[in-house]
Amino acid sequence: MTDQPMVRFDNVSKRYGALTVLDGLSLDIARGEKVSIIGPSGSGKTTVLRMLMTLETINDGVIWVEGEPLTHMDKGGKLVPANLGHIRRVRAKIGMVFQSFNLFPHMSAMANCIEAPMTVLGMKRADAEARAAELLDMVGLSQKKAHYPSQLSGGQQQRVAIARALAMRPKIMLFDEVTSALDPELVGEVLQVIRQIGREHDLTMLMVTHQMGFAKEFSDRVCFFYQGKICEQGPPSELFGAPKNERTRQFLRAVLEAG
Amino acid sequence: MWDWSFALEILPTLASAAIITIEATLIGFVIAALLGLALALVRIAIPWTAWPISVLVELIRSTPLLIQIFFLYFVFPKFGVVLDAFTAGVIAIGLHYAAYCSEVYRAGFDNIPRGQWEASIALNLPQWATFRDIIIPQVIPPIVPALGNYLVALFKETPLLSAIAVLELMQTAKIIGSDTFRYTEPMTLVGLFFLVMSLVSAALIRILERLLNRRTPR
Amino acid sequence: MGIRTLVGMLVAALAVIGLLATQTSYSLFLPGLLQGALLTIEIAVLGSVLAVVMGVLAALARLYGAAPLRWLATVYVEIFRGTSALVQLFWLFFVLPQFGLLMDAFTVAVLALGLNVGAYGSEVVRGAILAVAPGQWEASIALNMSRAQMLRRIILPQAFVAMIPPWGNLFIELLKSTALVSLITLTDLAFKAQQMNQSTLKTVPIFTLVLLIYLVMSLAITIGMRFLEQRASAGLSRGRAA
Repeated sequence: MTDQPMVRFDNVSKRYGALTVLDGLSLDIARGEKVSIIGPSGSGKTTVLRMLMTLETINDGVIWVEGEPLTHMDKGGKLVPANLGHIRRVRAKIGMVFQSFNLFPHMSAMANCIEAPMTVLGMKRADAEARAAELLDMVGLSQKKAHYPSQLSGGQQQRVAIARALAMRPKIMLFDEVTSALDPELVGEVLQVIRQIGREHDLTMLMVTHQMGFAKEFSDRVCFFYQGKICEQGPPSELFGAPKNERTRQFLRAVLEAG
Repeated sequence: MWDWSFALEILPTLASAAIITIEATLIGFVIAALLGLALALVRIAIPWTAWPISVLVELIRSTPLLIQIFFLYFVFPKFGVVLDAFTAGVIAIGLHYAAYCSEVYRAGFDNIPRGQWEASIALNLPQWATFRDIIIPQVIPPIVPALGNYLVALFKETPLLSAIAVLELMQTAKIIGSDTFRYTEPMTLVGLFFLVMSLVSAALIRILERLLNRRTPR
Repeated sequence: MGIRTLVGMLVAALAVIGLLATQTSYSLFLPGLLQGALLTIEIAVLGSVLAVVMGVLAALARLYGAAPLRWLATVYVEIFRGTSALVQLFWLFFVLPQFGLLMDAFTVAVLALGLNVGAYGSEVVRGAILAVAPGQWEASIALNMSRAQMLRRIILPQAFVAMIPPWGNLFIELLKSTALVSLITLTDLAFKAQQMNQSTLKTVPIFTLVLLIYLVMSLAITIGMRFLEQRASAGLSRGRAA
């Protein structure tokens, strides 16, 4: 199967008690595809990323990564909840960048980037440092390797977080509102880095964003979420240029007015 | 190993000793709560006392309660005041926990926004009325759980009174032990009594906390 | 209280001891009391080590252990927090021998105080671990670390700083509790004080010195923990003040 999707959500649901956050989500993402997820707050868009990163459990359905179930395993032809070993093996293909950076405050920028390659991948320090230096250079922070997170601006912290995630050589990168916590003048530098890795790496990218301009210019496909479902999806030119759904139109009108 | 009939036999003796323990707890806590409040109020009302009071509090909290009990029990008579062991012990416990309580009150007062004082001044309320009607009612509810925890802590320290031969629970259990050469039952019953009382009070404090939180939403 | 005030109090307490030592009515008692203080320190140090070990183990068991382990740790914490150090000390000293378990008083003392403070310590450790921002766990999962790696490399180093001040308070509680061991025949500082008091009836000089010696030890712990806290948090918040 050469056309096997990189990620497949197969009828996935997520509930918190009586509240249904995601309702039977089915979504395929192709290898190398850049997909943006937009929608009002509470529409379940962040939950999609968090489930894929295994930060949230799922109540129904199966998530497939390169044809392998993420949180399930095959047992005599039936899918049963997977053990941690299986989850960690599949999860290794995925990296994530968070809204609030989540850098490790007790480690320098360099230490943040070599921690997991050394402890998880078992890389030698010299190799891990060489790779991290390359990535920090790419995100424009070669001068800040020895700095601690508290000594960096929000934009710089987020760029370290991107380098840290890339250091694990993921095939899929998740970006969860990565510019929402930044001062407006720092948003550009982070988007620039994302643009660059989109060009230079053969990564599948999935991002939740409020930056409509960036979603329009950068992504191959945009999904509009509303009340736990994909309400409308398509190429950015169509979704932004000629939205078919009334909800999409309303949302875009409101966002553009605010922007 | 465990003799039920012996345990039942000593139960009434221990129960009457438990009353002494509870008396000591309640009187000691009244002293601690009132004296602690007085210390906190004096600190606020007379600014220069803040430093000596905090040094005094630090002194009391840095030294063992057992030594303080001995000190009061043996020193008072030197000055012609003869106190029985119960009174001296309870005063020592009350003083010790007053130091802890005063810090609780202080934190409570510190948490009242400046604006409350300023609004009272703007309304031209006299200082005493400000304390009584505006400040104290806001200070007390949030600190009730902390005071409750100190009440439980104080209760658990009353066995120290056995060291100056007050016939509370622990001393009674020790006497039973040395008379009968059986320590298992009296000591275990004492332990169970404290365990049950502490668990029950902890649960009560949690309930109280929830009630107070409901009354004073943030 | 500021570190300067604490150091000031320590210097003042030592000066007062020195001053009193020039008078024979006080200096008479000093050697015996210091001898007792040595045993007090020994018990306090060993008890503290046991308390830290028990605190960490019980916290990890309650947070991440399998059900029986979690249950065992909870029972341990509730029993030792629900009764007081003296009750535990007497129970171990008087009751265990009746079950044929003979331990010397010193071992009983270290065991009782260490287990008692360890139960409180487990709450400190647990609280500090739970207080680490959830984002730190999430980032560690996103980097595919194992649970042991997350704890050891990311969570515990951050929780450690938050644990220092409450552990300082617990060490002082433990030091103060050592006075109880005088009631099970150990010749610590409190025992010496009582013994001298009974034989000489010089209550005021003896207990003044004893209180001052305990004060010096408590202040030394407080000041030491403040320095440890400063050094540890410097690693966490480099440049935050700038």
